[in-house]
This record gives sequence, C-alpha cells and structure tokens, in this order.
Amino acid sequence: MTTLDSKKFAIDAVKLTKIYGSGNTEVVAMRDASMQVAQGEVVALLGPSGSGKSTFLTAVGLINPPTSGRITIKGQLVLDGETEHANLRSFRRQHIGFIFQKSNLIPFLSAVENIQIAMQLNGQSSGFARRRAIELMDYLGVADRADNFPSMLSGGQQQRVAVARALANHPSVILADEPTAALDGHRGRQVMELFAKVAHEQGTGVIVVTHDHRALDVFDTIYEMEDGLMHEQPKQSASSLDGAQSL
Amino acid sequence: MNLAMKDIRHNLGRFLLTAVGIGMLLMVVMGMGGIYRGVVEDATLLIDRVGADLWIVQRDTRGPFAELSRVPSNLVFRAATVPGVQLSREFVYHTVQRQRDGKPLRIAVLGLSWPTDKGEWVPLITGRPLGQSHYEMIADKSLGLGVGEQLELGKETYTVVGTTNNMISSGGDGIAFVTVADAQAIQFDVPGEAVRLERAAREARGEVFELAIQQPMMLNNAARPSGELPAVARPQISAVMVTLSPGADVNHVAETFSGWGDVSVFTADGQRELLLKGSVEKVRQQIGLFRVLLTVIAAIIMALILYTLTLDKIHSIALLKLIGAPNTVILGLILQQALILGVVGFGIAYLVGQQLFPMFPRRVILAESDLLQLAGIVLAISVLSSLLGIWKTMKVSPNEALT
Repeated sequence: MTTLDSKKFAIDAVKLTKIYGSGNTEVVAMRDASMQVAQGEVVALLGPSGSGKSTFLTAVGLINPPTSGRITIKGQLVLDGETEHANLRSFRRQHIGFIFQKSNLIPFLSAVENIQIAMQLNGQSSGFARRRAIELMDYLGVADRADNFPSMLSGGQQQRVAVARALANHPSVILADEPTAALDGHRGRQVMELFAKVAHEQGTGVIVVTHDHRALDVFDTIYEMEDGLMHEQPKQSASSLDGAQSL
Repeated sequence: MNLAMKDIRHNLGRFLLTAVGIGMLLMVVMGMGGIYRGVVEDATLLIDRVGADLWIVQRDTRGPFAELSRVPSNLVFRAATVPGVQLSREFVYHTVQRQRDGKPLRIAVLGLSWPTDKGEWVPLITGRPLGQSHYEMIADKSLGLGVGEQLELGKETYTVVGTTNNMISSGGDGIAFVTVADAQAIQFDVPGEAVRLERAAREARGEVFELAIQQPMMLNNAARPSGELPAVARPQISAVMVTLSPGADVNHVAETFSGWGDVSVFTADGQRELLLKGSVEKVRQQIGLFRVLLTVIAAIIMALILYTLTLDKIHSIALLKLIGAPNTVILGLILQQALILGVVGFGIAYLVGQQLFPMFPRRVILAESDLLQLAGIVLAISVLSSLLGIWKTMKVSPNEALT
C-alpha cells in the first residue's frame, strides 16, 4: 500500500506523534503512527485502553492535531507538522464523517434534522438536505423514524442515524470510535456490516476503533496500537485472536 | 435551519417557565418605572390640569404644594386688577383624614373659586360640575364615592355630584373638589364645645381689659362668631391662581406681583419644578435608584439563566463544532435564544403588568417612552448576558463530544 500514490488513499497519515505536556510531565500518547486507508477500504483499529487509539482518531479527524507528522486526505495535504494547510473545521465538515460510541445525536433535533444539519452546514439548501437525509435513512432502514427525536429511538436506530449523518456530505473518510460498544452482539455486527457496505458501495475509507473482536472478519485491514505505537496486523492473526477470545 | 427555535421547540416547557420567570422580573422593573412615572404625574397633575399661568403664594414660601401657604382672600381681587390678568381664582388645598365604613379615608380637599370656577375643567367620568355654592362635591374614583353618595365633613354633609378618574394629590390621596367656602369650612371646622370655650375665654379676657371696661359693648362682640369680629382676620386661602389674557407677557405680569411685599409668585413651570425638586424629589430618587438596581439584578439573573441554558447545550455545541459548524452558527444559537427570551419575557411582563398594575394602591403609569426605553434595555441585556454563554461556547472543544 505504501507504494500507491496518496491520491488513491482516502487518508494517508504518516508518522503521527502526539505529546502532551512538557519536561517532567511529558507524555507521549502516540509515536510515529502511520496508516493508509484506500477509498472503499474498511480498517479496524484495535488496542487496549490507553494505547493511543482515540488520540490517533482525533488526530486524523483534525480535532486534536498531532504534535508532528503529516496528514493527507484524498490527496490534499491538510497537516504537516505544526503547519495547517486548510481551515480544519471547514475541511472536517466537507471530508470527514464521525460516529461515536454513543450515537451523539443533537437531542433537540429530530432524526432527519440531525442528518440535514450536517448538509446545511456544508451549504446545501434545506430542501435538498431533507430529501437526501430521507434517502439515507431509507438506505439505512430507519426512514420510518425520521421525525422522532433521538430519545425516542433505540440504540441501534440512533447509531444508524449517526451513520447517515456521517455519510451525508459524501465524506472521503468515516471515523468511528467504538460505535458498537453500547449495542448487543447482534446489533453490533449489523453496524459493522453497515460500515463495510457503505465503504464498498460509496468508496469511502472507514476507520473503526473497536474492542469488539467478534466482527473482525468484516474489515479489510486491521491495525493494532499498543503504548502509542501502531502495527498493521495480518488479518488471519486478528481472526485467530477473535476466535481465541470467543472461546 | 434555525437551531435556536429547534431547541426552544424541544424544550418548550422549560423555555416558557424561564421566560415567565424573566417576565416577572422585568415586570417588577417595568412596574418600578411605572411607579416612578406615577409619582411624577400625580405630583404635577393639579398644576397641569388647573391651567393657571401664575401662582401667587405667601411671601418667601414655596406653597401651596411644597409647603403651607396663607394669603388673604382679598388678594384675588388685587390680582385681578393687574393689567394682563384675565382671571384670578382662589385656591384652597389641604388634606383631611376621616373614618368611613370603619376605614380611614384620606381626602385632598380642593376649593374651587365659586362662581367663577365650577369645576368645568375637571375631567368628569360621571355626573356634573358643581351646581351650587355649598354642600356639593366632585370626588375622585379612588375615594370610593359614587354620584349621589353623601359624605359628612365637619358639621356639614356633602353630596357627590360628579366623579373623576386619576385626580390624585402628590401624596396619592384622591381629590375632592368643593367650593372655596366649603373647603375653608372643612379646614377650619372647630367643635362646638371648643367654640363655646373660646367665647368664654374671650369674655373673661374682656372683663379685665381696660377698653372693654370703658366700652362694655365690646364684650358683646366677644360672643359673636370669630369671622364677624372686627379686626380679626377672615379665614385665609392657600394661594391665588392667575390666568393671563391672550398675548400677555407672563414675565412682565409676574414681575408686577413680585413687587408686592406680602406675596411670592411662581409660574406653572416653577411650581412643577418646586414639586419635582422638593417634596417628591427623594421619593423620585429612591424609586429611580431602585429601578436601576433592579435592572442590574435582572441583567445578572438573565446572564446566569442564559449561561445555564448554554451549559445544558455544551455537548450539542461540541458536537456541532465536531461536524464542522462555523462559530457564527453557534453564536447565532446562543444570541437568538437570548433575544427570544428577552422579547418573550418583555411581552409577558407587559401583559401581566397590564392586569396587575391597576390593582396597585397608587398609579403605575406605563408611558410609551419608558416602555421603549425598557425594551432597549432588555435587548441590550439579552445581548450582553449572552456574551457569557458565547464566551463559554468559544472555549468548548470538539473533543468534548467524544467524552
């Protein structure tokens, strides 16, 4: 993968390092972490708590920029060390979709409005945004709950609405932080399969941080982080780990 | 998509309760302004309504409203002879307190210069002006007297022939209009026993008074009413009101009166100033300062409410930032809610105030200028108090949506 031109990658993160504090209080949360995700590829990021997974995700999500390293999204250099090459918030809005452990829908907006808002913030008209939101909800099987508020939806339905919101602006990459943690095994697998379906059908790169080893077969590539260091794992090895844990 | 309205729609009950709370607070501020305006209006009401150009009062006093003034009755004729004077009227004004139906009844008694002045200028809501020189009365509604009702004052009984609305003294007491003679009778009423004692005392003094011994008929005079005694002053009046002829120069006529050694003269504006800078000044200042204090407190409370409302939305705001919402969207959310809250609160204050203020014992006047001023203040408070919430939202990191 490293030989491919970066334009073909949904995201190309190179040697990302994140250091908190300085001097005696310095903590290296992530060191030289690199990951390349092709368009339409679904990547799992595994690792124990505190290993740096969320730090990596917030770094490539342009929420918490790394101390050093380079991030290229869909061929556009966004961050290079401390230099920002784009308005990060605007870039995030246009190119990155987020899904979290809890669905994180805005409580005072209905399901369809939660999806609409992402598009309207990106300059789409209200009418267009609503039509596309309904289409996405239909695609994800929750169209009948369009006018319900998040508090009226089940965990799985909320997560589907969150996925629809993440997809709304045709993002280059979707970042999901333990999206199935609040779901039972069956629902969790459904959500993981949904990511794979979206990635393959829409050409979106998907990075999923997960502790759930039961659905690793859904992913194209698996990375593991430990003590801030990232390693790509052979899929077979991860699957056997999955099997061992299942036992 | 208007996020502010969406949030309000979703939390309508809480928003309305908050708006009602702010509305009540603003109603107190509004009411305090209305009380302030009422005090000023009540204080100057008579001066404005009675339509006198000049007020002639006792020398070196600030009467008849700011302090007691006594001038002789014949001053009204002296004043009428001055060139430029169209009309001069007696003015008698004092407050009495009587019991009626077991409750204290305070009445500001105002004497009308019968027959020149029958009270045609008094804005009647029912009945008619005075129709005879004695025993009739025009009463303000606040006294609780209706046309045809009778009221005993002194030794006489007065019949209400007309009623007015909001004719109130600077002290907040309803005004009763009677003729000057009746006003004086009420003011100088003395119990029969006191009259008898005074006559006896006069006779006793006369018996040892050399002139009375030399002229015994003098003693006979002692038994007569004091008003009939020679060289004893008649009951005096509070002031003389002067209306000028069209085209007469008020300063020129006032200068003539100023030259008289026994009186002082004030223009209507001068009387207004005496009242506003005299008897009601401290009340005015006190209410004014209290109003300022209430406004500041309202601003602080509104700021804290808006800050709390913002804190409740911190997670949503972090999420909006995370999905790329520009700052203007988030500022709009906070600012619009602050303005909506302010406007709705103001509306509630106005509507509730309109129902409650008429029940207050003193007039609460919601002047248009005061309402506009308060509306401006509320808008300013809304904007300023939202700054605290905006400051908080600017500090929110998108990271907080992940926690």
